[in-house]
Amino acid sequence: MPWENPDHPPFIEFRNVTKKFGDFTAVKNLSLKIYEKEFFALLGGSGCGKTTLMRMLAGFETPTSGQIFLDGQDLAGIPPYRRPSNMMFQSYALFPHMSVEKNIAFGLKQDKMPTSEVEARVAEMLQLTKLEQFAKRKPHQLSGGQRQRVALARSLAKRPKVLLLDEPLGALDRKLREETQFELMNLQEELKMTFLIVTHDQEEAMTVADRIAVMDKGELVQVATPAEIYEAPNCKFVADFIGDVNLIEAKVTEKTDALTRMTSVVDGFALECDQATDASVGETVWYAIRPEKVRIAEGNVEPGVVNHIGGVVWDIAYLGDVSIIHAKVGEDDHDTLRSTFANVSRIVEKPITWDDNVVLTFDRDAGVILRG
Amino acid sequence: MAEEHVAPPVRRGLGGWLLIAMPYIWLLIFFLAPFLIVFKISLSQVAIAIPPYVPTFDLSEGWQAFADGLSELSLENYVWLTEDALYWRSYLSSVTIAAVSTFLTLLIGYPIAYAMARAPQALRPTLLMLVILPFWTSFLIRVYAWIGILKNEGLLNQLLLSLGLIDEPLVILNTNIAVYIGIVYSYLPFLVLPLYASLERLDGSLLEAAEDLGCPPWKAFWKITVPLSLPGIIAGCFLVFIPAVGEFVIPDLLGGSNTLMIGKTLWVEFFNNRDWPVSSAVAVILLLILVIPIVLFQNQQQKMSEKEG
Repeated sequence: MPWENPDHPPFIEFRNVTKKFGDFTAVKNLSLKIYEKEFFALLGGSGCGKTTLMRMLAGFETPTSGQIFLDGQDLAGIPPYRRPSNMMFQSYALFPHMSVEKNIAFGLKQDKMPTSEVEARVAEMLQLTKLEQFAKRKPHQLSGGQRQRVALARSLAKRPKVLLLDEPLGALDRKLREETQFELMNLQEELKMTFLIVTHDQEEAMTVADRIAVMDKGELVQVATPAEIYEAPNCKFVADFIGDVNLIEAKVTEKTDALTRMTSVVDGFALECDQATDASVGETVWYAIRPEKVRIAEGNVEPGVVNHIGGVVWDIAYLGDVSIIHAKVGEDDHDTLRSTFANVSRIVEKPITWDDNVVLTFDRDAGVILRG
Repeated sequence: MAEEHVAPPVRRGLGGWLLIAMPYIWLLIFFLAPFLIVFKISLSQVAIAIPPYVPTFDLSEGWQAFADGLSELSLENYVWLTEDALYWRSYLSSVTIAAVSTFLTLLIGYPIAYAMARAPQALRPTLLMLVILPFWTSFLIRVYAWIGILKNEGLLNQLLLSLGLIDEPLVILNTNIAVYIGIVYSYLPFLVLPLYASLERLDGSLLEAAEDLGCPPWKAFWKITVPLSLPGIIAGCFLVFIPAVGEFVIPDLLGGSNTLMIGKTLWVEFFNNRDWPVSSAVAVILLLILVIPIVLFQNQQQKMSEKEG
């Protein structure tokens, strides 16, 4: 993987980029490398600076300081209409007075491409996005999903060095969105292009991207593959932002190179993790464990056993494919741990139900220790 | 099956019908009836009488008199309009002056409307107010004020003389140039407002998309902004052109004796010559000249919406 090799030349590079709008700092001294043919996702909540970062790459915003490189070229001073990137807008921004094929041909005509080539490319794009039968229609005669494909075809028509996707699937319903995510991935593999997607939807980012950059308040929090982001978040923010997580405040009691022992601050149960930590003994850390890694069984726990926590079933949510159980592990009603499990058979002999005494267990390698 | 979904007939009470009939009653009383009266006068003959034409219809004299009166009506006045060059030259000159002024108004109005639509949101109501503000002063007074500005010893000439740009005063007042200035000034808001409305609705991301696809901003203006503001341009131009063709006050106050406009011709015919039938014929023809482009425009609009719908 190119990002594992520090000498691999980046395709897109943000170098100490800062962007201020008046007093508000949208992007704070941010550095990021994106590699060729990568499907890269910028993920974050609204106002985290992800869109600003993309708009600076497209040329619609000028960085207050710092540099942006694309394929070795410094983009400073290059207007949007001369940049080798194309963008698919969140609103699609289809030209309402032009038919589907004219929308797709628009960018090609700007390049003074011969008419026969324009026609061939438009036909290719229509086929790629399965829009052949809608070529003569105006945008307002299309459904949301069709418009989305026109926008995609238009931004791909010029074969840009980078395709920028600004919340491309936000306006689609769930089913269509999932389908389109897979289409996007296939398209990216087929065209061997670099895709940069901006999204607030973590599932979308996890599905399509090779790597994800999680952003918060104008800064990068973690840049890693979807699996790393999920299994080894580097801070409480990422652990909480991506997926569901149990966060347990714990005090380090003993540490070696291969093991850390902790005690829960609130309820005093013992925790053990196969991870080494920088935290010193006596320091308070956060132990993060995903609900699907917490096993649940009926019965009572023997006190003192590591990674065995006794509780009482407080709440059950049946979602069809999975069930979520909130087990009360302390005095306070909100002091609960979540366990998720797949409903592997239709009928369970004796299901766990409200007020049952249960044992929650997990392995040493199930959770991670986070500081701050 | 669309055919099976015929809407059930709506049962309307008297109030419902009255509501629908209102605009038609309005048009009947204030447009069709006066038009028919003018049209009837245009078919009459001039006479030294009160009113100054014959025949006049009085139903109390019975049906025979009415029928006799009808037989006296003729198209003589319309024939007369074609025989004297004054009339068609007035029409032609009016249409030319109106067309040129409309074009000039568009040249000046488009940048104004564009700047207003691009102004910060908070500033727009103020700008809109400023465009409407001249209407708070009487139209007649504003046109009079231009005499003070344009006359030989007026403000404009004094300014240019003091700046040393000219050696002797420019003769502007009582020429067609003054008429153009007057029309452009007076009708500018009528063009700016509809144009602003259509430019303000324009989605800024369309221009960004055009730029992103390799289109420089000046080109995107012609390819995106202008086509999308076309309804506003057309509406604004009609609002200027139509009243400008029949304009009387501006050519009368600012124009010269050789400024030929149909409004002035009509005035002379009506008040100086007291020839009501001929001036009515002039008015009917003017109406036809104005109605034809509007009908064409409506047709065009309908076709456009059908194509899109």
